[in-house]
Amino acid sequence: MSIPLLLEIGVEEIPDWMLVPALNQLQDTFQTLLDQQALGGRVSSVDATPRRLVLKAEGLLDRQADTEELLFGPPKSAGAGAANGFAKKMGTTVDQLGVESTAKGEYFSFKKKTQGQPTAAILSRELPSLILRIQWPKTMYWNGKGTEHFIRPIRWLVALLGENVVPFEIAGVKSGKTSTGHRLLGKASFPVTIADFDQQLRANGVILCAGERQHKIETEIQTLLEGRGLHLQRDPDLLHTLVYITEFPSVILGEFDRQYLELPKEVLVTVMKHHQKYFSVVDAEGNLAPNFIAVMNTSGDPEGLVRQGNESVLRSRFNDARFFWRNDLKRKLEDRLEDLKNVTFQAKLGSYFEKTLRTVALVKTLGGDEGAARAALLAKCDLPTDMVKEFTDLQGIMGGQYAKAQGEPEPVWRAIYDHYKPLSMEDSIPATTQGRLVALADKLDTLRECFQVDMIPSGSKDPFALRRAAQGAVRIAVEGKLNVTLDDGSPQLREFLRDRIEYYFRDVRNFKYDEVRACMAAGWEDLPDLEARLRRVQAIRPTTDFEPLAASFKRIKNILKQADFKSAGNINAALLEAGPEKDLWDEHRQTKSQPLETRIAAMRPRIDLFFDKVLVNAPDAAIRTNRLTLLNNLLTEFSTIADFSEIVTEKGS
Amino acid sequence: MTALTFQEMIFRLKHYWANRGCIITEPYDMELGAGTMSPETFLRVLGPEPYRVAYVQPSRRPADGRYGENPKRLYKHQQLQVILKPSPADVLDQYLGSLEAIGIDLRKHDIKFEEDNWEAPTLGAWGIGWQVMLDGLEITQFTYFQQCGGIDLDLVPAEITYGMERLASFLQNKDSLYDVEWTKGVLYKEVRFKDEQQSSVYNFELASVDMLWELFKLHEAECRRLLDMYEKYEDKARFPVLPAYEQVLKCSNTFNLLDARGAISVTERVGVIGRVRRLAVGVAQLWAAQSGVAAA
Repeated sequence: MSIPLLLEIGVEEIPDWMLVPALNQLQDTFQTLLDQQALGGRVSSVDATPRRLVLKAEGLLDRQADTEELLFGPPKSAGAGAANGFAKKMGTTVDQLGVESTAKGEYFSFKKKTQGQPTAAILSRELPSLILRIQWPKTMYWNGKGTEHFIRPIRWLVALLGENVVPFEIAGVKSGKTSTGHRLLGKASFPVTIADFDQQLRANGVILCAGERQHKIETEIQTLLEGRGLHLQRDPDLLHTLVYITEFPSVILGEFDRQYLELPKEVLVTVMKHHQKYFSVVDAEGNLAPNFIAVMNTSGDPEGLVRQGNESVLRSRFNDARFFWRNDLKRKLEDRLEDLKNVTFQAKLGSYFEKTLRTVALVKTLGGDEGAARAALLAKCDLPTDMVKEFTDLQGIMGGQYAKAQGEPEPVWRAIYDHYKPLSMEDSIPATTQGRLVALADKLDTLRECFQVDMIPSGSKDPFALRRAAQGAVRIAVEGKLNVTLDDGSPQLREFLRDRIEYYFRDVRNFKYDEVRACMAAGWEDLPDLEARLRRVQAIRPTTDFEPLAASFKRIKNILKQADFKSAGNINAALLEAGPEKDLWDEHRQTKSQPLETRIAAMRPRIDLFFDKVLVNAPDAAIRTNRLTLLNNLLTEFSTIADFSEIVTEKGS
Repeated sequence: MTALTFQEMIFRLKHYWANRGCIITEPYDMELGAGTMSPETFLRVLGPEPYRVAYVQPSRRPADGRYGENPKRLYKHQQLQVILKPSPADVLDQYLGSLEAIGIDLRKHDIKFEEDNWEAPTLGAWGIGWQVMLDGLEITQFTYFQQCGGIDLDLVPAEITYGMERLASFLQNKDSLYDVEWTKGVLYKEVRFKDEQQSSVYNFELASVDMLWELFKLHEAECRRLLDMYEKYEDKARFPVLPAYEQVLKCSNTFNLLDARGAISVTERVGVIGRVRRLAVGVAQLWAAQSGVAAA
């Protein structure tokens, strides 16, 4: 028997961003249940709309297989009393026991048969807790104190094993074979089977498959824009949201008055995206067009009412934004510095005014010019503007726009504009040197100050996004080629930064972990230099002589360690033995000024030969010290690029 | 069909919910920031007794005032507040039915329920829910209450809060709230403009900060005094918990005025909110205790 299964959890509207993680959990836990209970079968698909989580599985058995287990009792020699006891324990009688011969002698035994349970019974028992175990960011109860928690109230349940309902109950809702359609396009109740489930949903205004909803949105956008010289501003995050906030998406194209294009385009785009969930549209030259694309959760807008409604809402939002823009411009950014005294940076760390003064000083220390210092002074002055209070995502960007409109020179307004960058690993670093210095100083100040008052990220807790700040600082220093000191001497911050640097080069830049460790062991204060050394090591790594040489360095390091060698005195050339030892010394001396890359090939055979023929641990103390000094010199010279003993070679250590 | 006037819309909604078992009350006769703050919601959601009520509550938000010059923002807007305790299983369908009842043909519009959890730190209250978007316009806040006054609720009420001016401007297709027809031949601005203008002048420019702080402290002290008396008060059933709550409402409104006046720095803000919250939580606990329900 191979039976299909359908599970639909009907819920009131679930937040879009929680659906995919929930489906993944459902798939995993259900597959685990099938495996652990030996029910056969596998999950064939999971799907979700805002109102339903759906899981389908195939190939289930109708019941678990019967099992047989051979259990051993007391030795036969223990007699009838022991046999009786064993039989009782097994829930049987003595005549049902067997005798097995083993190497240790004969033992009473019993074949215990367990009958497999029906799949439906197991699912009935397990499904309620499996469903309620789905982890959500925040849950609610709806039937009164002490009742079940879920993301939103559960309103119906479909659970079919073949043609039969798997009976169970959650929060007063009984499982059945009746589903619910789209709130406006479908029936409130209709019967389904496993075979016709998708079609029944479709007939009731629900496209179950997220991929299909996405395809519908994309095709309709394409059709609407075609022939108008307009192009969609792609936005995968927004698309994902719209796919999971609809059961039956349809697309409309709306317009707004050109007069609003006087506003910075970032403002218009933010209003459209974050407040209204609209895509923006550009013309052939890439300029923002006075149009927007909205996605409805219904089949169409034949009378244009939905379009008009959305246009009217957008108009009033843009009016608000224009009011803020014009009003904010009446006051110079610089005059708002005073206001920053009332804007808390962090309760323990004072106001943004104090942060600003520190950042300006830090920018100067980092070598910033007047423009950078000016930008640092004005960078936070947009926080008390009405626009940023309303649209917090625009912090920095608005500061830059206001600075530009108020006549600050380009290096200044650009630096303000960019100073929150990079916001993510994908985001670029600020475009100008001034921008980089202000962004770096802002992040370093946050890091240093937070570490000073012990607000240090631990585990998944990082309320002040210090990891992101540190990662941003590292990227700006490396990619912006800034040789600056990131830490302020605090050991904890140093350790924290070290981790971020290692992570960046290893996981983001894909350098091999041992190369990163080797190069960082030779110093990581100057990040552009660290990057340059990594590139060199990466380049010479595949050459034939490199890894054997690295192995030799490991050997040298061990020898020096065992000898507890400290001195760094000069080589006494007279004590050098002619042959391999002298040759190594000569090679080293003569090529000292050459780059590592050209020295490796000649150096490797000399070192090999040295270890082959020369006894470092010579009986004569002077000769021994001289040889150790030679090795130490070699090690020190080469270690300015990387600690090669950290390189993992094929031979192992 | 011609669109309903502002007042007709209110009549219809009151009727709709009256037919579904709601008590219809007049607004609470004090300054409130939202319909939620009325004792009809804040205190009634506590305890194990079912309750259904609907009322229109003028809601004062001094900082939102715009001198009557912004077509979408008001100092005092009106909320139609519905409490269904406990919430019925078809509550969302009932809600959609109420939109049909005021003449919205939902098949011609786009309706979405977007995540929007509600939290009122000054009341120790929070809930889970949505903002209801009609053609991109937020017309309703829908909340399943979870806690009030820091207490887990015995029954989970559904709270439906309609923004009446917005809904009317949608129905009548008006860009400005002031152009909404209140009743035949009378516009919203004729009824409410002066109130908006003069209250903005007072709230932003003329209100005496010293006096407001003084009032805040007086109401706070009176509330605290009452709360402290409860334990030794003999006849618990008669103890004035409701009047104590009215002192909290006075504090809350005074706080909002101080805030609009720019008299509370960001740093101070958290502290003052905490003071109001402690009073509100204290009252909620007394209410629960008085109703014979052990406060959690």
